[in-house]
Amino acid sequence: MLEQQLFNALSLGCVYALFALGFTLIFGVLGVINLSHGAVFMVGAYAAVEAMTLLHLPLWAGLLFSFVFCGVLGLLIDVLVLKPLRARNAPHLIPMIATIGVAIILNNGVQGIFGAQNVRFPSSAVSDDAITLAGLHLTSVELGIILLSFALMAVLIVALKKTQLGRALRAIAESPKAAYLLGINVEGLFYLTSFAAAGLGGVAGVLIGLYSNAVFPLMGQPILHKGIAVIILGGMGDIRGAMLGGLFLGFAEVLSVAYIGSTMRDAVAFGLLFLVLLVRPKGLFGTLQERKV
Amino acid sequence: MEWFDNFWAVYSNLVLTLGTNALLALSIYLTLSCGMLAMANAAFMGIGAYTSALVTMNLGLPYPVALAAGMAAPGLMAFIIGKPTLRLSGVYLAMATLAFGEVVRIVVLNAESLTGGALGLNGIPQSTEWWHVGLALLLTVAVLWRLRRSRVGRAFEAIKEDETAAGLMGIDVGAHKMLAFVLGAMIAGLAGTLNAHLTFFIGPNEYGFDRGVDILTMAILGGINSLFGPILGGIMLTVLPELLRGFKDFRLVVNGFILVLIVLFLPKGIWDPARFRQWFSRSSRKGAAA
Repeated sequence: MLEQQLFNALSLGCVYALFALGFTLIFGVLGVINLSHGAVFMVGAYAAVEAMTLLHLPLWAGLLFSFVFCGVLGLLIDVLVLKPLRARNAPHLIPMIATIGVAIILNNGVQGIFGAQNVRFPSSAVSDDAITLAGLHLTSVELGIILLSFALMAVLIVALKKTQLGRALRAIAESPKAAYLLGINVEGLFYLTSFAAAGLGGVAGVLIGLYSNAVFPLMGQPILHKGIAVIILGGMGDIRGAMLGGLFLGFAEVLSVAYIGSTMRDAVAFGLLFLVLLVRPKGLFGTLQERKV
Repeated sequence: MEWFDNFWAVYSNLVLTLGTNALLALSIYLTLSCGMLAMANAAFMGIGAYTSALVTMNLGLPYPVALAAGMAAPGLMAFIIGKPTLRLSGVYLAMATLAFGEVVRIVVLNAESLTGGALGLNGIPQSTEWWHVGLALLLTVAVLWRLRRSRVGRAFEAIKEDETAAGLMGIDVGAHKMLAFVLGAMIAGLAGTLNAHLTFFIGPNEYGFDRGVDILTMAILGGINSLFGPILGGIMLTVLPELLRGFKDFRLVVNGFILVLIVLFLPKGIWDPARFRQWFSRSSRKGAAA
């Protein structure tokens, strides 16, 4: 029984981590708390549902479609909203407020077009056979989520650590101005980051839509709140931290439901976050830059 | 005056909501003016609303007592959580306070015997008159106006500009931050009390994450360089969805577009005294040249 709980916690944690990867990437590189990431995530789920229902695409093509669709959407948000604010040197809260506006547009636009009710993936999209392995029930969606989130994390970490592109991105995260002076194409990398992060958000939307079998216009809001908790727990802008924070939250939630009761499940995420911040202001796995006088 | 009676019958709730939202925007303005991005105001509003509603409903005490309790309870709460949380700064403070807000919401949701849980509290006496809201807003503005011009207000400003430098100048940074935080919580509690005794019903989800973000949006959109900005922002965000009713299902989409456009073109808020001064000086210079 405990093994099953731990497995559920692992898949839930990977769900959170998958969402948080794109979220933390944008914060790390652009320095923006992108509150439209939840809405982009929702659009990703809708894009895949529509593509798979209307065009009878298989799941992998739906995922790819959703990645590209959301990537382009993220690029548009960057070009139309965030870039003008960067150009104007807007105060640091302003981009966040702008993304709230974007989230309102997306959430209500989708609700206006598709209605507030649940839509579902075509039933042939995934097999719902559970695999039984050493007494554990694993569905293919859960396995997919776990494998994909670890794979994506690995790709991102390797890309950031080992490639020239990654070094450039880390330089920007340190200081966009200095990176620019070093000859790094800062704007281009901002676009790339927006594209990739939004694409990842879209993929997360599809997988989580499959996981909970519910796609609806406000599905991004609860996970946005959890995502914020995750990236703070993990240390803002840190890819490994997003993964660890997601897993930590997943385990904390599942175990608290198992041992305390389901009513307090949502209190766990934020109670933990509150306590962690009081004890370790930089998050569980992050490092804080102290200001020197 | 018949048109007025009709207007009032339809829109009195909206007009009074303008007042309470303006109060909320001012409550977050106060902490922002001291350089803190604290986002627990929705929770403080909820604590005020629930405390005051329980005072009038369960204890049957008169409305002024409820008002006092509705301000004292969030103020006390702010004092208790202020000590550990206000050490944090920037995004971390925002997240800790948001997280605190969510914890409050979930506790309210689970304390069913007292708060009615998810069903909320029904049948709160509608004691709030229009002039209560007006007076509350007026008094708050007067206090904040006075505060801005005082030694304390200048200390807030110094802390906002540079906390370290302010500390070195001998300003007690911790105490001033605490003062701003507690006062902000009391204003939010006042808004919550007025609002609860206006709407007859309160539920835990009115005071969640989204409300917290709404309050911040009002203040930032209006502009946080003067007292009038947050009030204007509160009014704008309350009236806008009503004005856009013609867009039916897509009215909030239009609302979102307007928000984004305001942020893009007026990044310092709608009411920005510095910009006005610039306009006037430019036009006067032109006048002098001609």
